Amino acid sequence: MAAQAVPTDPAAPAGPAASEEQPLLSVTDLTVTFPTRHGDVRAVDSLSFAVRRGQTLGIVGESGSGKSVTSLAVMGLHTGARVTGSIALVGRELNGLPERELNRLRGRRMAMIFQDPLSSLHPYYTVGEQIAEHHRVHFGSRRAAARKRAVEMLAEVGIPEPARRAGEYPHQFSGGMRQRVMIAMALACEPDLLIADEPTTALDVTVQAQILELIARLQEQRGLAVVMITHDLGVVARVAREVLVMYGGRAAEQAPVDTLFADPGHPYTRGLLDSLPRLDDSDDAPLRAIPGSPPSLLDPAPGCAFSPRCPRAAAATPAERAHCAGVRPELRPSQGHLVSCHLSLHTAARVQGGTR
Amino acid sequence: MTAGTAPLPSVPPPSVPLLSVRDVTMTFPGRRGGRSAPVRAVDGVSFDLAAGKTLGLVGESGCGKSTTGRMIVRLLEPTTGSITYDGRDISRLGRRELKPLRKDLQMVFQDPHSSLNPRQTVARIIADPLLVQGMAAAGARKRAAELMEMTGLIPEHIDRYPHEFSGGQAQRIGIARALATGPRLIVADEPVSALDVSVQAQIVNLMERLQRELGLAYLFIAHDLSVVKRVCNRVAVMYLGRIVEVGDKERVYAAPAHPYTQALLSAVPLPDPVAERARERITLLGDPPSPAAPPSGCTFHPRCPKAQEICRTEAPLLRVAAPGEAREVACHFAAADNP
Repeated sequence: MAAQAVPTDPAAPAGPAASEEQPLLSVTDLTVTFPTRHGDVRAVDSLSFAVRRGQTLGIVGESGSGKSVTSLAVMGLHTGARVTGSIALVGRELNGLPERELNRLRGRRMAMIFQDPLSSLHPYYTVGEQIAEHHRVHFGSRRAAARKRAVEMLAEVGIPEPARRAGEYPHQFSGGMRQRVMIAMALACEPDLLIADEPTTALDVTVQAQILELIARLQEQRGLAVVMITHDLGVVARVAREVLVMYGGRAAEQAPVDTLFADPGHPYTRGLLDSLPRLDDSDDAPLRAIPGSPPSLLDPAPGCAFSPRCPRAAAATPAERAHCAGVRPELRPSQGHLVSCHLSLHTAARVQGGTR
Repeated sequence: MTAGTAPLPSVPPPSVPLLSVRDVTMTFPGRRGGRSAPVRAVDGVSFDLAAGKTLGLVGESGCGKSTTGRMIVRLLEPTTGSITYDGRDISRLGRRELKPLRKDLQMVFQDPHSSLNPRQTVARIIADPLLVQGMAAAGARKRAAELMEMTGLIPEHIDRYPHEFSGGQAQRIGIARALATGPRLIVADEPVSALDVSVQAQIVNLMERLQRELGLAYLFIAHDLSVVKRVCNRVAVMYLGRIVEVGDKERVYAAPAHPYTQALLSAVPLPDPVAERARERITLLGDPPSPAAPPSGCTFHPRCPKAQEICRTEAPLLRVAAPGEAREVACHFAAADNP
């Protein structure tokens, strides 16, 4: 029932013309629940999005927003969680697929890179062996052929002297080079989808720029669909075409990148952008901070998760406030965005006029 | 502030900086048996910081910015060089002589939760520095409650433990603890980088307000150039243990003179997709080298798009980039292409 108003309807018929338009990955009504001692934690709640070949979807959120849980759910990497909803990769349903089937798809059709490459690489194996293993598993190639492929991949991701470096261990690489190794490993079997979970957060800013450029180049060459998960709105602005803003496990707003930054529709998105110190801004006025902290998922509010921190709700009438606090807003279209906010349309102008 | 009679807060003469750092180096010894070479983490750093002002210290990991901060609060003793605080060289003071100085020099850390003792209540955490300085327990507790109020915490939470607070609140506790003894200089080492984006602005605003109210000087260490631009008056850019550019914030950010500063600024992603597409970026090659084996000459030369022969052999000195300008640059070719 929820959030069916996604612009890219995954239920498109599978005609030849339609398959051109069919998104590579489409996620519909994804809900991930972890049973805990303190009750169920709904880390992701009825989330829907789609990514096409050659395009980048940015998923933005703070800690506990559910962005990483979403990516792990797509990869089928949750154990002990209840995952409901649909995760379709090129029309094929992944949710509920047996582990063996998923194993065949992971690495081959979809791959993932993480924030900390050192903890994602095995310290006892050379990077060449680790990349080659993927190739052997998925293509049954011989050792020599797989190793040759590993060296090719290292060269492709810009590691100098790839033949020699393939024989080295992860600790012998710098942070940026390790992330290149991760990318080489992720792309060794030519997947169609790359999920990058904060891939540059642990890196220095000059190295971050290199890695983002590398991902963009490989994406263009291979027509990869990329899901870029990050807390950094600057990274999103640089790489994404479509952006999904998450808050408290739900979609707060979804829009094309230009629309989102030019005119954020959700008060949380607006608040995030307003609170950022920017290189291209004057430093005179105090930053417009969002009060409070991101919500706990253990004891979620019945209504809009952002309402306790929301300036629009604070400036609204008591009846509107009660509505925000008591009723979950659904994602609805609003001037080129999808926004889940009770106050986005009819009161936005009045409230903004009062506070800004 | 005293009411009525003195409208202006007393400002110390600008000629005497509160903190003056000269040619400071820090060499960490290598491992025994020569298996690893000594590392010169900080290599001849000099700067001044005036009372009530903020100097931003930026650079990438391993550039020596945190080591510099730790030497200033004297958690580390510099290998060579001098640190003059309020007219007195504190670089060689021993533990006992440092104790009264700890009142004046305080530190705020990156990760609020790991820098607060999980088994102590907030009352204990904030009051401890006061007890160390000889205040009575009842007075210290009262002062702790005041400090909680001042940093935007609820004083009724004084008997709670750190885990009961969010990251932003925990950082407020860290700031309250640093303020307890009435310091004049706070070294803040990445104070907002572990916090959620929506919370960072709260802490930046808090630190700015406290500076105005208490006349604090900050040495603000961060890798996030946008945050540093926001809070500081002057900025020093470090690369591999040295300051490569230092000057008034406006000049450094508007017209960076060192090729490294230029690359650093152009690498920061702007939260604006239209501006991002229009931007021309300088992408540096390679990674920052290890401080254990720094390159010859100008240590930036292997990654520098402008490097010439001289850069390989001769280390450039930090000097005024253009006549009359309050900005110094360590580059052989800095002045050449910057108006």
